This record gives sequence, structure tokens and C-alpha cells, in this order.
Amino acid sequence: MSQMSYFKKKGDPYIFAAGMGLIISLGMVAWILIVILAKGLGFFWPRDLVEVTLDDGKKYLGEMWEKRDDYDRHETQLKNGNRDLYGIDFVWMDDANIVSSEYPEGAFTFERMEYGNFYGYIVAVNVENQAVTAVDGDIVSKAYDAFELAHQTHDEVVETQQEITDLTEPLTRLQREISLLEIDRADRTEEGRALLERYRKEANEMEQAIAEEYLALNSELEKLVIKDRSIFLSVRTTDGRNKDLQLSHVVRFFAPNQMGIFEKSWHYMGKLWEFVADDPREANTEGGVFPAIFGTVMMVILMSIAVVPFGVMAAIYLNEYAKQGVVTRFIRLSVNNLAGVPSIVFGVFGLGFFIYFVGGSIDQLLFSDKLPEPTLGTGGILWASLTLALLTLPVVVVATEEGLLAVPRANKEGALALGATRWQMIRKVVLPNAMPGILTGLILAISRGAGEVAPLMITGVVKLAPTLALDATFPFLHLDRKFMHLGFHIYDVGFQSPNVEAAKPMVYSTALLLILIVILLNIVAIYVRNNLRKRYKSSTF
Amino acid sequence: MMNYQEEVDMVSQTDKQEQTHLDDVLAKERIVIETDDLDFYYNPEVKALKNINIRIPDKKVTAFIGPSGCGKSTLLRCFNRMNDLIPGAYLEGKVMIEDADIYSEKIRLEELRKRVGMVFQKSNPFPMSIWENVAFGPRVNGIQGKSDLDEIVEFALKQGDLWREVKDRLDSSALDLSGGQQQRLCIARTLANKPEIILMDEPASALDPISTGKIEETINELKKDYTIVIVTHNMQQAARISDYTAFMMLGEMVEMDTTKRIFTNPSVQMTEDYITGRFG
Ligand SMILES: Nc1ncnc2c1ncn2[C@@H]1O[C@H](COP(=O)(O)OP(=O)(O)OP(=O)(O)O)[C@@H](O)[C@H]1O
Ligand SMILES: [Mg+2]
Repeated sequence: MSQMSYFKKKGDPYIFAAGMGLIISLGMVAWILIVILAKGLGFFWPRDLVEVTLDDGKKYLGEMWEKRDDYDRHETQLKNGNRDLYGIDFVWMDDANIVSSEYPEGAFTFERMEYGNFYGYIVAVNVENQAVTAVDGDIVSKAYDAFELAHQTHDEVVETQQEITDLTEPLTRLQREISLLEIDRADRTEEGRALLERYRKEANEMEQAIAEEYLALNSELEKLVIKDRSIFLSVRTTDGRNKDLQLSHVVRFFAPNQMGIFEKSWHYMGKLWEFVADDPREANTEGGVFPAIFGTVMMVILMSIAVVPFGVMAAIYLNEYAKQGVVTRFIRLSVNNLAGVPSIVFGVFGLGFFIYFVGGSIDQLLFSDKLPEPTLGTGGILWASLTLALLTLPVVVVATEEGLLAVPRANKEGALALGATRWQMIRKVVLPNAMPGILTGLILAISRGAGEVAPLMITGVVKLAPTLALDATFPFLHLDRKFMHLGFHIYDVGFQSPNVEAAKPMVYSTALLLILIVILLNIVAIYVRNNLRKRYKSSTF
Repeated sequence: MMNYQEEVDMVSQTDKQEQTHLDDVLAKERIVIETDDLDFYYNPEVKALKNINIRIPDKKVTAFIGPSGCGKSTLLRCFNRMNDLIPGAYLEGKVMIEDADIYSEKIRLEELRKRVGMVFQKSNPFPMSIWENVAFGPRVNGIQGKSDLDEIVEFALKQGDLWREVKDRLDSSALDLSGGQQQRLCIARTLANKPEIILMDEPASALDPISTGKIEETINELKKDYTIVIVTHNMQQAARISDYTAFMMLGEMVEMDTTKRIFTNPSVQMTEDYITGRFG
């Protein structure tokens, strides 16, 4: 036998090719994870502020962002913020033109509710028409005091506004009732006229009853708003422009060049917490993604609640009750192929069937008084979850069937021989035994469902949902509401945002978070499955 | 095997007039199970039982012996309709238990299987606690009270001769028991249903001699209260524990008689050949 043919027979080239394939795919996965990790986690680190002077005399203050080499040109990107003054918050400059770059101690970063970061120097602190400048001593701690006061005042403003809404709420509702009756021309009938009359009288009484309190609250609100506006910092940019920053619109401010590593870490943790626990700001490019996390997790849970019982029941019927033959084989094949249908097709089906047909019909029957404004006949978390449940159904059915097949025949016969009915056998012996298989199905469904975006875009996901689907107002669970989702958030922030450059880090952080959530959900399911496996390890002797 | 086929056919044609000894003995017994020209088909081509007429007496141990593949298990599983689970299988003729045709429409399957318990060759405890295993039958048959169940579990485990060994760990998993204990648990599980008849398909064939001895002891105890039908490959076992023995061959019942007579003075030559180990 020649050397070559022996080599071929052993199959070494194929083993080598298979190994290479594995290494390449694993390498790519690792690379993508590392990029996401580095970029996603690095975003929250407070960067030093550099003041750059160019040879034409221009000065910039900002964060060093990126470098780019083009043959002999070396360029640096600086985030110089101050969008309200400069228009854009990034500049590219040629390294050859840079005369000097310094890290001034007194440079501050201001994170604002609007217009992104502001970089500059504090000139004066203004609190209710009293200005304090650097001449009067420690201006920075004064600024922080003012900051506290501003946010306190702002909270009071919000509180007072809420009080006013609560106070006028019954009256507003009554007035809406009256105008509805008027539109319906209720005064054409005797009883309609009587009703209208009564409502009007009630409204009048109510108005008089609350009038005094309403006026008091209003004047208090006015005072608070004026106070709120009167607390601001006078700041100066590095090129000498002045600007007043109302402190209640500043989220936080700090001087990164003065901060030590410990302070920076503390700041970093705070930012990280803000990211997972707060609402988004600035068209989603700043602040947190809490509503998106909430929406994603809730949608996955709702999907699981819907898909597991259905998938398990379908698999049980196919396996334990249906007569095995051509029909069951065909059904199995169809279910398997369903897994290959593009997800957008499921989205279209969800839109047509769940939203327009089911939701529309429910609206006709139960919420006809609100029409033409739809209640359930529009996208919402319920319909999106059901659409995803449909999408992941094949996975659950297939995994459950495998679990059912793995149940020892001897155990099934044992149960029947003890006088159990088929259903009792399934419930008490087959299902507990098949539980690991069912959970495998759930794990696969979660992984697939949590990352799916396309079908959600037409069944209820939005870029900014004003309310969560679960809150303290009756009936607590609002399945008709639209929701936010991390996957869609990535798409929206990264590709639909007006300020793509500023949004880029957010894309990485959100992707990282989505991956973490999928991993976390999986770990929980795997943990449960392993516990069950231990309990139901098949009998051995 | 062809020559045996002819012999078997010959015997089953003649035994109708000849088996007077068995008739005499059985006349004193109460008959619990009786078949009437039973034929069993796994599918139209595979006829596993041919023209079986057998009478099984009350509160006695009846053993089925015969070479592998002769249909012992098939016949046993006709008595609690376990064969119903096999798609395409059907039978002709009648199986009567307490004079009622168990294949008639009126019979409730679960009720029948509660009355006719079964112990399998390979022990098959459920992956649950010992207590739950034994309580399984009573529970599915409608007994729910914890104290009632406790009482039944204790009674069944005592009768199955397992109580002493497991009474302190009723809540531990049944899968942690030894092979022999698992099989006795399966017997106890069957007893918990308070059956009239217990079918055992080679209950000790997978066990070591000591465990086998324990199971045989248990069976000896049980025959006071239950009618037992047991399939075994072990001639000594059949001789030790059974009162009656039926010898089967190629799906037919060659001979049935008291165990003593089968082992000392069988009326068919083939039976003697089998028992003395000349074939099979
Ligand atoms: N599910 C089945 N489908 C078709 N034929 C079967 C099936 N089960 C058993 N048979 C056939 O029926 C005949 C009797 O089988 P059975 O299991 O009753 O034999 P047995 O006497 O119990 O044998 P053993 O002593 O080996 O257990 C055999 O020829 C066997 O091949
Ligand atoms: Mg057998």
C-alpha cells in the first residue's frame, strides 16, 4: 500500500479540514464577543478632557475618541460636544496641525438631558439672582450645592404638576363625557337632555369645589418653575463663548482630569447602573435602556408561557395518541419545515391574524365604544409574544418529542399495568421524565425568540414606549401596550438615529446586554434542567 | 423445528380426551382464568398463540415453561390486555376472568388491570420516591387520603417483604435501591392495588441467586392470598414454587398438570425431553 493511499484512508486531510472549520468559526465568535465587550464596557469610562490648540489658532476641548491612519496622514477624532453651539459634536483634525494638547484641571464634562455633553469651564454659579464667581471662593462645591437644589426644585415641580392633574382628573372625565353626548346629539331625546343637564350641573359644582385649591396649586407651580429656571451655571467654552446651563437639565457634571482611578471607577459603576436601570434620553443615544430590558424579558416570558403548553400538547398528541402513519409523518415534516420559514413571514402572519383579525374582532365586541381608535387591534406586547411563540413552536415540539421518545417503555407499561389511564400515565410518568427534553426546547426557544427583531417591528415594538407593560395602575398587566426591545433598540440607535456617531457606543453596550440577558435566561433554564435530570436519571442495576 | 411442529400438532389433537388427571384435580379448585380456543396474532402473518385452552385455579401458583419464543409472555399479557398496546395485534377466542369475558366492550381496562396486576422481567420502578412508587396504583385508582395511602404502602411493602429494609427511607428515590430490592418494590407496588391475580413474567431472571431466593420466598408467602401466574425459564424454580405447570411450545399449550406430575411423570414425551434438558 502506498504512503499516499494510506494517508487518504486514515482521513487525515478531512480531520484537518474539520478542525480548521471549527477553529475559524469559534475564532469569529470570540472576536465578535471581544469587540462587543471592549467597546460596550469601555463606553462608560469617564475620559480625560484634552485641550487641543491647532496651528491656525483654533482651540478644541473634548474627549479623544479615535485615531485613523491614511498613508502619511494621521488624524485624530475629538468629541467636542456642545452640539447646541457647534452643530455637530465630533471633529477630525490632522495630527500635523496640532501645536499643543493639554489636560486642564478645571475642565468639566456636563451630561445634559438634551443636546449631549457640554465641555467647558465654570465661570459663575447663579442661584435665584445671586451670582457667585470664582473670586468668592470654592466655586465647585457651590456648584454642586446648586445642583442639589435645582433637582430638588425640579422634583417639586413634577410633584405639583401631578397634584394638579389628580385634582382635575374627575372634572376632565366628566367634561369628556359631556362632549361625547353633545357630539352624539343626545339632546334630541328627552332622557338624553336630562342626562346632559345633570352632567353639566355636576361639572359646575365640581369646578366651584376645586377652584380655590386649583388656583393655589397653580401659583405655587409658577413660583417653582421660576425658581427652577433661576438656578444655573454660567460656563465658558474653550474658544471663549459663554453659555448658561440650567442645572435641572444637567444629569451630572464632573472634572475628569482631577479624578483618580478610584473616583473614576465609582463614576463608572454609576454610569453602568444608569444604563441598566434608567430611561433613555436624547433619542435613545444617552441614558439607560431599562424599558428595553424590561420589554425583552417580559416578551420572552410571555412567549414561553404561550409556546410551552402548546408545543408540549402538540408533541404529546403526536407521540402518544395519534395513530402513527403517513399523516403523522407528514405533520412532523411540516412542523420541522416551519422552523425554516423566514421570521418576517411570521411577523406578517401575526399582523394579519393576531392583530387585524383576532384583535380587531375583540375590539368590535368588547371595546366598540373606543373605535375607531383600536385597543387590541394594534401592535402590542401580547401579539408580539404570540407571534414569537408561533415562530418557536417547532423547536419546542421537536425537542419535546425527543424527550417523550426517551421515556423508557418499561415505565409506561408499568404505569398502565397498575391501572392508570393513558392520561394518568402521561401526566405522572411520561411528562416528568420528558421534562429535561421540554426544557431543552424552552432553552432553544428563548435563544431564538430573544434575538428576533424582524417580526416584532410589525407587531408592536416601538423606539420609545412611554409606559411599561407592567405597572402599579389597574389592571397592572397591560398586554395591549407597545413595548421596547433590546434587539430593536440596537437597530434603531445604530441605524435610525440622527446622531449616529454619538450612538455607536450605545449599540455595542446594548448588544452586550442582549447577549448577557440571553445567556442569563439560558443559565436559569439549564440549571433547572440539570436538577431534573439528576432526579430522573433512568434506573440502572 | 419442523419435526417438533408435527409432534405438537399431534399432541394438541389428542389431549382433549386424555387429560383426565388434570380434570380431576381442577374439579376441586375454583377456576379464575379460563381461555376458550384463544388465537393471538401480532399481525395477520404472525400467529403467536394457537388454540389455547387453559384453566388457572384460584390461590395457586401456575408456572408457564417452554422454550424461548413459544408465546409464554404473549399468553400472560393476554390476561391483563397489555397486548392491546401493540398496534395491529388482535386475538380470536375468549379470555374469561371470574366468568366474565375480559375482551368484551363492557370491561373497563383500568379496572381490569387493577384486578390483574403484573410484574415485569426487568424491574421498572418509576423515578420517584419509594413511597410514591407504591402509592401510585392506589392513587390513580382514586384513593387520595394521606393516612389511607400510608396504611396501604406499609401493608404492601410488608407483604412484598421489603418493609424492614426501606421503612426508614420511604422518601428516598426508588432508583437508589438494589436490583433485587427494585424488583420486590415492583411486586409491592402491584400488591398495593389489592389485585386478585398477579402475573409475573420471569421476575427473577435478571437477579443474582440470593435476590432470586428472596423473591421466591415472597411468592410462597403471597400464594395464600393471591392467584399467581408466573413465567420462568428456570426448571428448579418452577418445581420449587408452583402448584401447576403448563408447558408451551411453538404457540401451543402442549400439556398442563400439577407440577409434581409434570416433573415426575409427564404424559407427553416432549415435556419430559424439555424438562430433562434434551432440547430448548
Ligand atoms: N411485538 C411483536 N411483534 C411481532 N411478533 C412478536 C412481537 N412480540 C413477540 N413476537 C413473536 O411472538 C412469539 C412469541 O413471543 P413471546 O415473547 O410471547 O415468547 P416467550 O415465550 O415469552 O419467549 P421468551 O422466553 O424468550 O421470553 C415469538 O416468535 C416472537 O418473535
Ligand atoms: Mg417472554
